[in-house]
Amino acid sequence: MSAQTLLKERTKQIHRKGSAPFELDCNKDSLAGAVSQRACVFCGSRVVLYPIADALHLVHGPIGCAVYTWDIRGALSSGPELHRLSFSTDLQELDVVFGGEKKLAKALDELIDRYQPKAAFVYSTCIVGLIGDDLEAVCKKVSTEKGIPVLPVQSDGLKGNKRAGYEAACSAMARLVGTGDTAGIGKHSINILGDFNLAGEIWLIREYFERIGIEVVANITGDGRIADIQRCHGAALNVVQCSGSTMDLANIMKKRYGIPSLRVSYFGVEDMAEALYAVARHFGEPEMMEKARQVVKSELATLLPELAVYKKALTGKKAAIYVGGAFKAFSLVKAFRLIGMDVVMVGSQTGTKEDYIELEEITDEGTIIVDDSNPLELSAFLKEKEVDLFVGGVKERPIAYKLGVAFCDHNHERKEMLAGFAGMLNFAREVYGSVMSPIWKFVPRRKEEKKS
Amino acid sequence: MTKMPSYTATTNACKLCKPLGASIAFRGVEGCVPFLHGSQGCATYMRRYIISHFNEPIDIASSSLGEKNAIYGGGPNLKLGLKNVTAKYAPKLIGVATTCLTETIGDDLPMLLAEYKKEFATAGSPLLVHVSTPSYSGTHMEGFHAAVRAVVEQLAVATTANDSINLLSGFISPADIRYLREVTDDFGINATILPDYSDTLDGPALDDYPLIPEGGTPLAAIRAMGGAKATVELGATLPEVTAGTVLRDIHGTPLHRTGMPIGIRATDAFFQLLAELTGREIPGCHAAARGRLIDSMVDGHKYVFGKKAVVYGEEDLVVGLTALLAEIGVRPVLCASGGKSGRMAASIAAAIEYLDCPMPVVKEDVDFFDIETLAEELEVDLVVGHSKGYAFARRRNLPMVRVGFPIHDRIGGQRILHLGYHGAQALFDLIANTLIEKKQDDSPVGYSYM
Repeated sequence: MSAQTLLKERTKQIHRKGSAPFELDCNKDSLAGAVSQRACVFCGSRVVLYPIADALHLVHGPIGCAVYTWDIRGALSSGPELHRLSFSTDLQELDVVFGGEKKLAKALDELIDRYQPKAAFVYSTCIVGLIGDDLEAVCKKVSTEKGIPVLPVQSDGLKGNKRAGYEAACSAMARLVGTGDTAGIGKHSINILGDFNLAGEIWLIREYFERIGIEVVANITGDGRIADIQRCHGAALNVVQCSGSTMDLANIMKKRYGIPSLRVSYFGVEDMAEALYAVARHFGEPEMMEKARQVVKSELATLLPELAVYKKALTGKKAAIYVGGAFKAFSLVKAFRLIGMDVVMVGSQTGTKEDYIELEEITDEGTIIVDDSNPLELSAFLKEKEVDLFVGGVKERPIAYKLGVAFCDHNHERKEMLAGFAGMLNFAREVYGSVMSPIWKFVPRRKEEKKS
Repeated sequence: MTKMPSYTATTNACKLCKPLGASIAFRGVEGCVPFLHGSQGCATYMRRYIISHFNEPIDIASSSLGEKNAIYGGGPNLKLGLKNVTAKYAPKLIGVATTCLTETIGDDLPMLLAEYKKEFATAGSPLLVHVSTPSYSGTHMEGFHAAVRAVVEQLAVATTANDSINLLSGFISPADIRYLREVTDDFGINATILPDYSDTLDGPALDDYPLIPEGGTPLAAIRAMGGAKATVELGATLPEVTAGTVLRDIHGTPLHRTGMPIGIRATDAFFQLLAELTGREIPGCHAAARGRLIDSMVDGHKYVFGKKAVVYGEEDLVVGLTALLAEIGVRPVLCASGGKSGRMAASIAAAIEYLDCPMPVVKEDVDFFDIETLAEELEVDLVVGHSKGYAFARRRNLPMVRVGFPIHDRIGGQRILHLGYHGAQALFDLIANTLIEKKQDDSPVGYSYM
């Protein structure tokens, strides 16, 4: 029996630009046995809420879900670091038989006494609903006893994919919004949604905004704080990055408080500059726009000459992209262009129809566009397109390395800041540092070249 | 002293879930794709966790159950998944492990697999092995042992006696497996080492992505395990029923259990056992390695003597490392594991007998919150264990020696050698140098001789 890289059911989730009119299936359940790179609902909720640093994050379930998400993101905090601990009710066989509510209540009681958090998030996992635990009731009771918000996150792993988890996280946060005092918030105020402060990125973004005269009310969720989220309905505008993960919250706030939102990206110089301009345009203050121009100008003045060095070396190299959310993919396509590289494949785990239409528009002829891919497909694309560099997360890395292809980590746990103008330089350095390594001269893939 | 309040929640667990252990064990069988019957997240999370240690691809398939499957049963998705894995990977074997979800909804895996075989199997279809691994009972180690047992139970057949020896080596590193292969080769033993992920989780750079990497315990060898001369099973805290007892009870293969060969005495016992089973002398190169090891320990004993260490991780690894520490004069004061075999204290007591080492505090079923609390109370000088202890080692400014799984904050976790005289040598050098480095770094005068 021979192996086939592409399963028939998957063909509609792959498109080669120029080959046919654009059409791509997406937002489907992962195919059984296809080894999807996707995780689950719980994962989606956990990554979004993870960076809220003064909250207790308790996973209600068997131990696995908690251990695999312990310290999983490089989301930095300027103060408390409660988010970096991993708490679980560690359900055992008897709990599964008799229910875990009592254990959950007791665990919450002890942990809240021990850590004095500002709020607690309680994540449900696959079996919680099945064993009949009423998360809502337990949370309500503990909340009354302890006098802090205790929020159920309905993230049962089987109830969809990561995207459903984003929604569950936003619903939980929406219960906090509107419970704090908004006194003193000025008219040029925003919330930053969908930046998770990996390697300190949100501090950089906040600084850019502050330089153009913007007040940031709440970080949602990078370096996040409960009290900020509680009063964030006092802001004049929601600026949303990573639209998949936090757009739901922005929509809820639009409906509830009439707060408008803007979609932005802080990755790559064009998108970063546009983020500042868009906010300035929204407030309609010429002075703010002027300041935004100044920020962009001064940042580019330092950045571009340095970037030129890398561009020279990297021009004409071929890149492939596979990331969680499609928003990141748009920015990456543009960022690669800025350093002279050609994107030949781009895909995401959870892109929407609109996302893929936009990707199709901004990519070159022949580019492979793929939804919810897997190791065998991805490795076949890397080989077919003779890719020089693959950008993705932890699960994509060994695919690239095994085939002797350079790799750029664009994942949760990275230690390099890749957002903003400063981040663009780091990105170029990171790409350069992998593509230019002499090690590729020794990998089997290059044997032919060596001979000729 | 050292009585802990018993908290309800687990904080920073010192254990992993059962299907992860099963997945790694299945990966060590020739042509096998591990398959989790559950929701998609389990497989993805475990892949990510395993990849971060081994820096190798590991494809774990999933039946990707959704909400409706929880109501109507996961059978249809399981069968579709098996068909797709067969079409895509052309495996020789699919190792199917259950998860919390499918155990809770009550899917009868053996029955579903029997149905699948009836409906779809042809002559060329892969073999199927199933194991029950709900993570609400037991840790990754129970999952690992259960998968090895399932492979033997379901694949080994009645066979004529042969001259091979089965070596059930437990959860060790690829470097350890390669070492065991060297030792058995040097003894002239035809050994069936199960599982063997020394190539499948530590392979060479390639030109093509391997559908299923080369290596793993050959299926033919597994089938013949029942006819082996003997089974050697490593570990002091093993469950009552294991692959070793199955081979003994069903096929009459004599079973010899011995602790993980970590440190001098446990390695001596292992070599002695192989010598007895083969009627051969201990090969010269290994006797020489033992000689060099003792000599180096004499050279370095002063730098480690009396230092107090905490050791944590899987129970059998902890028992082995505790013995090694006691042998070199380090005082293991706290031995901890998230597992709860109930056998760790007795095994440790036996392992440190005659070494003038006071009995350490031994804790099963603990998390890193407990470990940190106790380590502080016991004023430890050294942390020995996997990467997840780094957080507290850093908080307490304690030097750390990384061993076991997972190693997520250094490269080369798969190449750490723990077993035998060579492993003891590597660990001794590492422990001594870690303590020397700490003293040197803390010194107000920086010196260039020890």
